[in-house]
Amino acid sequence: MTIQTAGRSVTHASFTITRRWKAAPARVFAAFADQTQKDKWFGGGDAWEPVSRSFDFRVGGQENESGRWKKTGVVSHFNCVYHDIVPPSSNEPATNKSARIIYSYVMHLDDRKISVSQACIEIAPDGAGSKLVLTEYGDYLDGYDDAGSREHGTNALMDALAASIGG
Amino acid sequence: MLNSTLDKTFAALADPARRAMVERLVLGPATVSELAQPLPMSLPAAMLHLKVLEKSGLVTSEKKGRVRTCHIDPARLSLVERWVGERRRLWEARLDRLGAFLDATKPEDEA
Repeated sequence: MTIQTAGRSVTHASFTITRRWKAAPARVFAAFADQTQKDKWFGGGDAWEPVSRSFDFRVGGQENESGRWKKTGVVSHFNCVYHDIVPPSSNEPATNKSARIIYSYVMHLDDRKISVSQACIEIAPDGAGSKLVLTEYGDYLDGYDDAGSREHGTNALMDALAASIGG
Repeated sequence: MLNSTLDKTFAALADPARRAMVERLVLGPATVSELAQPLPMSLPAAMLHLKVLEKSGLVTSEKKGRVRTCHIDPARLSLVERWVGERRRLWEARLDRLGAFLDATKPEDEA
């Protein structure tokens, strides 16, 4: 365990991502609620290989996922606790009630804790399909380490974002 | 406000030609013709893409004589923006994969 004595800081931020899909809320919700389905998309894609996994999808339950970024060898650890789980109401057609999942999670890169966050995933009916709204509130810790965080080798996109936002 | 800036950025990057330009510019400044040269399109078409990147704020350019040089400046990124950009990018990639998964497992009665 590394104790950081320099550059200690907390950066607070939140952001939202909205997606619309043709799949009904029940299918989208199942992709979060069922481990076999979630494992198809959650982790880190092709750039990443799973190292360890646990999944207990219920209020108070924990989910853990560790994986190695192939390019850098850095192992990221995701540890979450579910606080609120509301499945879609399957028998009520076209209600506007959103399904939702709220969890808090800690991320480590190797043995360094990089963030403590809360994520809220709302899945609302959108015609025959769904609208997903993801909101993350985070405490991001101790600066920003390029070498550790840019696991994917997509520096170009990050640098592009940098320039964009600064401008 | 941050989100709307990011939305513009992601929209600007939603095109392979523009991504190629940005990836080139990360290596250092380049002229318009240097950016256009490797792309399978005419110079005017490339300039339209460049205009989108400039509007998003991703790229700035300056003209010296007859040569327009483009660059991006990663050093201007604040800590908040780096973190949000990184975490958001992780989620965007995951939700792309989730969308592809939902498509691949689509039941017959789904539109």
